Amino acid sequence: MDLQILTYLMAGASFALYIGIAIWSKASSTNEFYVAGGGVHPVANGMATAADWMSAASFISMAGIISFMGKDGSVYLMGWTGGYVLLALLLAPYLRKFGKFTVPDFIGDRYYSKLARFVAVLCLIFVSFTYIAGQMRGVGIVFSRFLEVDINTGVIIGMAIVFIYAVLGGMKGITYTQVAQYCVLIFAYMVPAIFISILITGNPIPQLGFGSKIISEDIYLLDKLNNVLNDLGFNNYTDSTKSKIDVFCITGALMAGTAGLPHVIVRFFTVPKVRDARASAGWALLFIAILYTTAPAVSSFSRLNFINTINNSSYESTPVWFKNWEDIGLISWSDKNKDGIIQYAPGNSLNPVKPIFSDQRGINGERIVSNELTKNKNEIYIDRDIMVLANPEIANLPNWVIALVASGALAAALSTAAGLLLVISSSISHDLMKKIFRPSITDKQELFLARLSAAIAIGVAGVFGIYPPAFVAQVVAFAFGLAASSIFPALIMGIFSKRVNSSGAIIGMVSGLLFTSSYIIFFKFISPDLNFSDNWFLGISPEGIGVVGMVINFTFAMVISFFTKSPPEHIIKLIDNIRAPE
Amino acid sequence: MIEWNWLDKTLLKEVMKIINSKNYWKANLKIVLILLFFWFLASFGAGILFSDLLDKIKLGGFNLGFWFAQQGAILVFVFLIVVYCILMNRLDRKYRADKN
Repeated sequence: MDLQILTYLMAGASFALYIGIAIWSKASSTNEFYVAGGGVHPVANGMATAADWMSAASFISMAGIISFMGKDGSVYLMGWTGGYVLLALLLAPYLRKFGKFTVPDFIGDRYYSKLARFVAVLCLIFVSFTYIAGQMRGVGIVFSRFLEVDINTGVIIGMAIVFIYAVLGGMKGITYTQVAQYCVLIFAYMVPAIFISILITGNPIPQLGFGSKIISEDIYLLDKLNNVLNDLGFNNYTDSTKSKIDVFCITGALMAGTAGLPHVIVRFFTVPKVRDARASAGWALLFIAILYTTAPAVSSFSRLNFINTINNSSYESTPVWFKNWEDIGLISWSDKNKDGIIQYAPGNSLNPVKPIFSDQRGINGERIVSNELTKNKNEIYIDRDIMVLANPEIANLPNWVIALVASGALAAALSTAAGLLLVISSSISHDLMKKIFRPSITDKQELFLARLSAAIAIGVAGVFGIYPPAFVAQVVAFAFGLAASSIFPALIMGIFSKRVNSSGAIIGMVSGLLFTSSYIIFFKFISPDLNFSDNWFLGISPEGIGVVGMVINFTFAMVISFFTKSPPEHIIKLIDNIRAPE
Repeated sequence: MIEWNWLDKTLLKEVMKIINSKNYWKANLKIVLILLFFWFLASFGAGILFSDLLDKIKLGGFNLGFWFAQQGAILVFVFLIVVYCILMNRLDRKYRADKN
C-alpha cells in the first residue's frame, strides 16, 4: 500500500484510540483532574510516566544527536535516566506521603509562604513552556514529512487532539492515553531497531547487536564504525572529545533537572500509596530503559548506514528518502568539487550552518543554497533530527514500518505535550487562583478554571508550534538548568532538612535561578560568539551550569536559614509526617 | 492503680513510637546513601571519570568505559531502584511488626 495512505491509517487509528480513552475516563472533580483520583496502578503509572517523560526529543532527536556525537552523547543517556534514581530515592515517596496536587503545593506548604509558592509557579511555567515548544516542532516535522500536510495544519490537528483529551479528561484522561501512547511509541521504536540490527549484525536484540560483529565480516560493528570514520578524518566514535568537568556537569544538570521536572513529579501523586510511588518509579525507569538502551544502538547503526549509502555515491543515484528530506529542507548537498558525487567529511559544509535554500536547482537537480560554502571537503548538511525518522528508509524497510515510526513519534510528542499542559493549567487554577488570589472559589469553579487554563495553554503552545521561536534548541538547556537550580534543591531541602526555613528557600531558589539564567542568556543570546570553553566558568558549558546554580541554591538556603529563625512547630510535624512510614 | 497502668502504657507507646520512627528514618537514610554511592560509581565513575581507563578493557565488541556510558549505567540504575523497593518494603514491614 502507498506510504501516505498507510501513515494516515495508522496515525488516524491511534488518534481515535486516544480520544476514545479520553471519553471513557472523563474527569468530574478537581481531584480527578489534577491527580486522576489518586487511584492509578503502579505499572500503569510507570508506563504513563515513561510516555510523559519520553518526548519528541527522546524519540526523534536523541539517537540522531548521539549518532553524530559518539561517546560524548552519553551525557543524555545517563543524565535522562540517572535522574530517576534521584526521583525514586529522594523525592517520589516523600512527596506522595505529603499527598497533595502540585509541586508548588509542597513548596508553598513546607516553606509556609505564598511567595515561595509563587516563585515555584514561575519556575514551573517557564520550564514547561520551554519544553512544549519542542514537542510542537516534533509534531510539525512528522506531519509535514509523512502526511504531506502543511506544518501549520499539522500543529492544529495535534492541538485539537490534545485539547480533547487534556481538557476533558484532565490527569485521568491523560494517564490512560499515555499508557496507550507508551505502547505505540515503544513498539514503533523497537520494530525498526530490531530489523536494522538483524540486517547489520544478524542479532535480533539491538542492545547486543551494538556489541556484535558485522554480518559476514570478521569485525565488530563499533570497530568498523571507528575505521570508517577515521578514514574520512573523524575522531573515533567510541572516544570522548569533551573535557571531563563539562561532561560531569552536563550529566549532573540533566539528572537533577529530570528529578526536578514538575510534569514528571506530579505523576507520583496519582498512585494510592507510598510503596506504589516507589514501585512506579522503578517501572517507569524500566520502561524508559527499553528505549534508552536501544537508542545508542540505533545511533551507531544509522551512522554506519548513512555513510555507506551516501558517501561517494552520485547525487543522481541517491535513494528517494534523500531527496524527500532535501525537499523539506533538512538535508542539503553542495557539490564543492563539481564532480556530481557526494563527499562526507568533518566540519560544517555551510556558513551559517543551516542551509538557506534558493528556488533554483543545480545541474544535478539538487537544491541550491545561498549560504557561503566552507573551505573543508564536507558537502553534506544533515539535520540530526531526521536520523530516527529516516532510518527505516535508509535501511530499506517496508512501508508499514515507516508509517509506524511516524505514529510513534506523534505519540511521543503528544503524550509529553499533554502532561506539560496539565501541570501548567493546575499551577494556574490551583496554585495561583485557589491558593493565592481567590481562595473562596468552589471545587466546581476551580475545575472550570483548570479546563480554561488548559485550553489557553494549548493555544499558546500552538502558537509556538506555528511560529517556532528560532531559539528552541538553545532553550532546552534552560529547562533542565532551571529545574536543577531552582525546584530540585528546594524539594530536597524541604524533605531532608528541618532547619531550612522560608527565607532561606526563597533566596536559594531565586539566586540559583538568577545565576543559571544569566549565564545561559549571556552565552546563548547576548554573546554567542564568546560561547567556547576558554570563556566558560571553570570550563563548564551553559548546558552544565545548572549544577553550579544548584550548589549556589543549596549554599544560600542553608547559610541564610542558619542565621534566621527555625521553621515553626507545625512544619516540623509536617516533615516528621512525610518521613514516617504509612 | 488502673489509671497509672493506663498512663504508663500510653507513655511507653508514645516513647516507642518516637524511637521507632527515628530508627526507621535512620535505616531509610542508610539504604538511600548506600544506593546513591553505587549510582554515582556507575555513572559519574565508570561512565565519566574512569571511563578512559575502563576503555582499555574489552567486553565483546565494546570498550568497557563506553559500554558503561551508553548501556551499563542505565541497567545499574534500574537494578538500584528495584533493590530500593525491596529493602524499603522490608523495612516498612519490620516497622509495622514493631509497632504492633
